[in-house]
Amino acid sequence: MLFSIIGHYSLILGLLISLTLIFFSINNFKNSKSFDTKILSFTFLQFILVVVSFLCLILSFIFSDFSNETVFNNSHTTKPLFYKISGTWGNHEGSLLLWLLVLTLFIFLFLIKTKNQPIKYKILTLVFQQVIIIGFFVFLIKTSNPFNYLYPIPEEGLGLNPILQDPALAIHPPILYLGYVGSSIIFSSALAATSLNMISKKWASHIKKWVLISWVFLTLGILLGSIWAYYELGWGGFWFWDPVENVSLMPWLALTTLLHCVLVLEKKLVLTSWVIILSISTFTLSMCGTFLVRSGILNSVHTFANDPERGLFILIFLFSLIFISLFIFFFFHKPNQSNLNNFFWLSKETSIIINNWFMMYFLSVVLVGTVYPIFLDVLTSEKISVGPPFYHKLIIPFLIPFLLIMAIGPKLKWIKSNLEDKVYLISLLFISFLLSFLIVKNFNSNFLINTILISSALYLFFVTLRDFFIMKKNNISQNIAHFGFSLLILSILFNSLFSTEIITNLKVGETFETSTTKIIFKNINQKKEKNYKSVVGNFSIQNSNGKIDNLSPELRIYNQPNIVTSEADIKTTLLSDKFLVINLVQNQDYFNVRYQVKPFMLWIWLSVLLISLGALISLFKKEYEK
Amino acid sequence: MKNKLLLLFIISIFTIIFIIFYKGLKNTNVYTPDIKINKEVPSFTSELFYSNEVVKSKEIFDLDKFYLLNIWSSWCAPCRQEHSLLMDLMETKKIKIIGVNYKDTKKNAESFLSELGNPFYQIIFDKEGVTAIEWGAYGVPESFLIYDRKILKKYIGPLDEQSIKEIKFLIK
Repeated sequence: MLFSIIGHYSLILGLLISLTLIFFSINNFKNSKSFDTKILSFTFLQFILVVVSFLCLILSFIFSDFSNETVFNNSHTTKPLFYKISGTWGNHEGSLLLWLLVLTLFIFLFLIKTKNQPIKYKILTLVFQQVIIIGFFVFLIKTSNPFNYLYPIPEEGLGLNPILQDPALAIHPPILYLGYVGSSIIFSSALAATSLNMISKKWASHIKKWVLISWVFLTLGILLGSIWAYYELGWGGFWFWDPVENVSLMPWLALTTLLHCVLVLEKKLVLTSWVIILSISTFTLSMCGTFLVRSGILNSVHTFANDPERGLFILIFLFSLIFISLFIFFFFHKPNQSNLNNFFWLSKETSIIINNWFMMYFLSVVLVGTVYPIFLDVLTSEKISVGPPFYHKLIIPFLIPFLLIMAIGPKLKWIKSNLEDKVYLISLLFISFLLSFLIVKNFNSNFLINTILISSALYLFFVTLRDFFIMKKNNISQNIAHFGFSLLILSILFNSLFSTEIITNLKVGETFETSTTKIIFKNINQKKEKNYKSVVGNFSIQNSNGKIDNLSPELRIYNQPNIVTSEADIKTTLLSDKFLVINLVQNQDYFNVRYQVKPFMLWIWLSVLLISLGALISLFKKEYEK
Repeated sequence: MKNKLLLLFIISIFTIIFIIFYKGLKNTNVYTPDIKINKEVPSFTSELFYSNEVVKSKEIFDLDKFYLLNIWSSWCAPCRQEHSLLMDLMETKKIKIIGVNYKDTKKNAESFLSELGNPFYQIIFDKEGVTAIEWGAYGVPESFLIYDRKILKKYIGPLDEQSIKEIKFLIK
C-alpha cells in the first residue's frame, strides 16, 4: 500500500524531471561553452527515482501486497521468495518498469563515461534519449501502471505462470533488456552525431564500446532464453523459430552487423550510412519486438496482456521514432563522396561488407517470416504459420559462403591485400572437406549439402584454431568470437544430424526395447512442494554397450494457477545429452515417454559463451589501453 | 531531388506498414478455424495405407453420409491426446472416420495404431504431405466434418470433449 504510493509518485516525478532536463539541455545547447552540471545531477536523480519505484514494486511482491493489482495478478503467498522477486519483471507492467530503469541507467552512465566528445553531442544524445524515456514514462503511467490500487483487497493472488517459474527465466529478462535497451543509447548518439555531422573514426571508437556492451547482453539474454526453452518446454529443441525468439534474433543480427561496420569505420571513413541506419534499426527492431509480443498481435508465452490500447501506443511511438530518425538521416547526413568507390576487391573491409549483406539477408528472412502472417491475415484474413522449414531452406545454403568469408576475411589486410603466403588456407580447406566427407559418408540424406556445410564450418574452425598458436596477440577477441561461432555452427549441425529419438507409451513396470536402447519404466513417486505437487517417473535406460542411466522426469501440478507442466530430466555429459520427458495420456494409465539422445548439446551453450567472451575481451582491452 | 523521392518512397512504405499493424491490432489473435460451410471436398487421388491401392476422393466419400477426416501422425503428441476421443466417436457407429496419415513411416504409424487402437474406417497414406496441402491443412492434427461431399466444419488442433459433443450434435 505505502510502497505503491511511493512507487507511483516516483514515476510521476521522474517524468517531470525528463521535461526539466529537456529545458536545461536546450539552454545549455544554445550556450555550450561548458557542460551544465545540473544536467548530470538531474539525470542521476531521475535514475534514482526509477530505482525507488522499481524497489517499491519488488517490495510489494515480497510482502505479497495484493492491494496492488500487478502483484495480485502475478503472485501468490505460497510462492518461494525467489519467484516472488522474479515475478516483478515476469509481467507486462513490471517488465516495462525494468525497461525504464535500464533506459535511465544507460543515459546516466553515458554522460559520466563520455569524455573528449563535443558538449553539443552529449546534450543532443541526452535529448534524444529523454524523448524515448518520456515515451516510456507516459506509456507506463497511462496504460500500464504497475501501482494500480485494488479495493477491496483480495485475500490471495492469482499466481505466476508456472512455466515462468524457472531460474534461467528469472534472469533472462533483465539480461535481455540490458541488450535491447542498451541499443537505445546507440540510437540516440547516432542521431545526435548525424545531426551534428560528426560521424568520424573517433566517434566510431567511442560508440564501439556501447555496441559491444549491448551486444554481449543481448547475446547472453538470447542464450538464457534458449536454455530455458530447452529445459522447460519439453520438446528437446533449443530454437523453435517462434515469433518471440525471432524478435530477439533480429536486433541481434542488426547489432552484429553494426559492430562490424563500426570496426571498419574506426579504420577508414566509409560505411557511414550503414552505421547510422543500423544504429537506428537495432533499436527500432527492439521496440518492434516489444510491440509484437506485447500488443497481442502475436500469440505466445510472452504475451502478458492482450490490450489493443497498449499496442496502439507502442505502435504510434515506434513509428514516430522511425519518422524522426528518417528525417534526420535524410536531411543531415552528408555521405563522404570521395571515399565511396574506394574499395579494393581483396581487402578486409570488402569481406566485411559482403558478410554484412549476408547478415542483412538473414535479417530480412527472419523479418518476413515473422511479420508475413500478420500481413496476410490483415489483407486476406487467411491464417498461416511459418515454421522451421522456411527458415532452414532460406538460411542454410547461404551459411556456406558466409562461413568461408568469415574464415578468410580476417586473414586479409585493411585497404588492400594480396594472396601471397596463403597456402595454408587452401590446404586447410582441403582437410576440412575430406574430414567432413568422412563424417557425413554414413548418412544418405542430403549428402552433398551436409558435406559442404560441415566442411565450411570445419574450415572456419581450423583456420581460427590455427591462429591461437601462431598469433601476434593483437586480435584475440575477434579470433575467439569467430572460433566460438564455428563451434556453434558445428555443434548445431552435429546435433541436428545425429540426434535420435524414441517415442512410446508405457505403463509403470513396462519395458520398451529397440535394437540399441532399452527403456524400463521402474516406478513412480509423488512429491509435494510449496507451490506444486509432482509425479516423478523413475526410468532406467540401457544402451547397447550395457551402460545404464537412471532418469527421473517429472510432471508438476502447480496450485496457483492450476497448470500441469512436464519437467524433462536431462543427463548432460561432455559429448551428449540424454533427455527424457513424460506426459499424461488422457484417461489412461499410460504415460507418453519421449527419449532423446542429443549430441554436443553442451557445446551449443559453451560456444555462445565463447563468442560473448570474445566481445568482452575486446571491451576490456579498450579500457586497458586508455 | 532524387533524395527526396527516396524519402517519400520510404515514408509511404512505413505508413503502409503502420496501417497494416494498426489493423492487425484490431483483429483477434486467436486462431479460429475457418468455417467454410458447404465447400466441396477437394478431389484428389492417393494411396491407401493397408492395401496400397490408389483411390479417388469420390470413391471414399459417399453422398448422404457423414465423415470425419482426421489428419494425424505417430510423431504428433496432440494426436495421441485426441486418439481416445476418436475411438469413442467411432464406437457410436454414426460416422465414418477417415484418417490421413501425414508425413509418417508405415512402421511407426502401425505401432501407434496397435498401441492405441484403430478408429479409422480407411486410412490415406500421405507420406509427402501432399493430400494435407490439398485440404488446406496447417498442421497436425486437424479434422474436417464432411456431409454430402461437402465440408461442414474444420477443427484445427486436437479435438476435445467440446468439439466431440458438437460433432455428435451435428450428425444427429
